[in-house]
Amino acid sequence: MSDLTRMTATEIAALVAGGETSAVEVTRAHLDRIAAVDEQVHAFLHVDTDGALAAAREVDERRAAGEVLGPLAGVPVAVKDVLATRGVPTTVGSKILEGWRPPYDATIVQRLREAGTVMLGKTNMDEFAMGSSTEYSAYGPTHNPWDLSRIPGGSGGGSAAALAAYEAPLAIGSDTGGSIRQPGAVTGTVGAKPTYGGTSRYGLVAFSSSLDTPGPCARNVLDAALLHQVIAGHDPRDSTSIPQPVPDVVAAAKLGATGDLTGVRLGIVSEFIGEGAEPGVMAAFRESVDALTKMGAEVVEVSCPTFAYALPAYYLIAPSECSSNLARFDGVRFGLRVGDDGNRSLEEVMSLTREAGFGPEVKRRIMVGTYALSSGYYDAYYGQAQKVRTLITRDFTAAFERVDALISPTTPFTAFPIGARTADPYQMYLADLFTIPTNLYGGPGISVPCGLSEGLPVGLQVMAPTMADDRMYRVAAALESAVGTFTPPAL
Amino acid sequence: MAAISREEVAHLARLSRLAVTEEELDTFAGQLDVILQAVAQVGEVAAADIPPTSHSVPLTNIFREDVVTPCLTPQEALSGAPDVEDQRFRVPRILTEDVAS
Repeated sequence: MSDLTRMTATEIAALVAGGETSAVEVTRAHLDRIAAVDEQVHAFLHVDTDGALAAAREVDERRAAGEVLGPLAGVPVAVKDVLATRGVPTTVGSKILEGWRPPYDATIVQRLREAGTVMLGKTNMDEFAMGSSTEYSAYGPTHNPWDLSRIPGGSGGGSAAALAAYEAPLAIGSDTGGSIRQPGAVTGTVGAKPTYGGTSRYGLVAFSSSLDTPGPCARNVLDAALLHQVIAGHDPRDSTSIPQPVPDVVAAAKLGATGDLTGVRLGIVSEFIGEGAEPGVMAAFRESVDALTKMGAEVVEVSCPTFAYALPAYYLIAPSECSSNLARFDGVRFGLRVGDDGNRSLEEVMSLTREAGFGPEVKRRIMVGTYALSSGYYDAYYGQAQKVRTLITRDFTAAFERVDALISPTTPFTAFPIGARTADPYQMYLADLFTIPTNLYGGPGISVPCGLSEGLPVGLQVMAPTMADDRMYRVAAALESAVGTFTPPAL
Repeated sequence: MAAISREEVAHLARLSRLAVTEEELDTFAGQLDVILQAVAQVGEVAAADIPPTSHSVPLTNIFREDVVTPCLTPQEALSGAPDVEDQRFRVPRILTEDVAS
C-alpha cells in the first residue's frame, strides 16, 4: 500500500469503503506521521490518540456489519481548537482555558463523528482566533511546512499546517476575518469560508459572533467540498443558522474540475490589484486569471470603492463584539481562576484572572472594543463602522449584478518570517486586507492555491453571493484543474 | 496628536477587568494609539444617512417549541468550574462589608 498520508480524502474513503484498508490503519498512519513531524511543525495542541483509534475501530465495525457509510467515513480530520470537543481539551490557544474539557460537542464536531470521520486532535491557533500568523497562540507558534522559519498564517495556522505537513487530509477551521483562507493561501492548501449562517456556531468559542464562520480545509477542492457538505446545514441550536438547504458544493466542485467555465462571469476587484499586493503574488494571480479566461470565463474588472474601508471597519466591529463576548471569561464557571485567597473581592479575582489568562493581542482587542463601544465614542467608531458595513454589502450586491463571482489574491503577501510583524500589531492586521470584506458582507469565500512566489505558495480567492457557495467551488476546482496542487519540500 | 493617553488606557483596562502592569500600560498606550488612529479612517466615509448593519443574516426573533430537550446534568455543567459548593458555582466575595452590614 502506498503512503496513506499522501492520499486525498476521497481516495482514503474509497479504500476504506472497498475494504482495501481499514480506518484503524489509516488513523495509525496519520498518528505516526504526527509523531514524526509535529515536533518541528507544532500544528497540534492535543493529539487524541485513544479517541481517534476508538472512532476508527467503530467505523471498521460498522462497515464490517454491512452498514452503508458516508463519503468521508474513515477519513481522519484535525479540528481547530476553537470548537468544543466532549472530554477532549479545548483551549482556544489561550491559557485562560488551559485544561478545560468541554462537557459537550460542538454541532460541527457531532456531525463529523456521525459522518464517520476520525478526529485526530486539536490544532493550534492564535489565541481566541485573533491573529494572522498563529504566533499569538499561548502555546507557541506553528511553523509553515514550506519553510519552518515562516508563519503558517492565522488564526487557523495549525489546521493549514497539519494539511501541508501530511499530518491530516482534512481539517476544520473558523473564519472571522480570513482565518481559514489566509492560512490556506500561505500553506498551499484549500480553505473555504461558507456563507455566514451556513455552518453552525454552536460550540464554537465566540470571538465576533456576527462574523465567526466555521468551515472546511483540505489539500484539494473536492475534499473541501465533501467536508463542507458534512458539516454545513441548519442547526436549531444556532439562532443565526440559515434554515435553507446547503448548496450542492460537491457537484459544483466536480463540474469545475472538468475545466469548463463557459458562461461564467468573474470580476477582479479593482481595489485589490493596486499597490496592496507583493509583485510575486500579483504575477501568480495574473497567470491564474489567464488560465480562467482560457477555460471560458469572462473576466472583467469591478470596482468596490468601500472595500478600502473594510479593514478599519472590521478592526472596530470585531474588537467590539469580542470585548462583549469575552466578558464570560470571569473565572467563575470554567477555566482559570487567579488570586482567590479568601480576601479578594470577585472583581479583583476577575481582573487578576483575566490579566493572567489573556495574552497581549486579546487584551488589546478587548480594550479597543471597550473604547469603541463607550459613550462619546460609539457613534464615531462602532456606529460608523456598522454603516460602512452596509456600504460594503451594497458594493457586493452591485458587483454580483454584473458578475457571478469576484476574484482577488487571497493575501497581499506570502508567508512572512516568524517574528516579522509582532512588534507592530497593525502590520499584522494587513494580512487580512483582502479577506475581510467577505466576512462583513456574510458571503462565502474560498482560497485555492494558484502558484508559487519565490518558492512560497500564493492563493487566489473566489467570493460569491450569500448561499451561492457552490459557485466558488466550481471556479476554484476549475483553477485547480489548470494549475494543479502544490507539494512542499519533504520534512 | 495621540488618539489616546496612558491614563485613558488605564481606565479602559479597569473597565475591561484587566489588572494590567505598569509596563503593559506603556506598551499598550503606544499600540492602541496606532490602532485607533488607523481605524478612525472609517470616519472618512460619508454615511450620515446610511442604516447600520449589525448582522449579515436578515433574521428576526427565532422561536422554538417550549419542550424539554436533553441537556447537561448539574455534574457536567459544573465539571469545568474552578470552585464548586453544593451543586453551585462558588465565587469570591461579591459584596463589601459595609454594604452587607
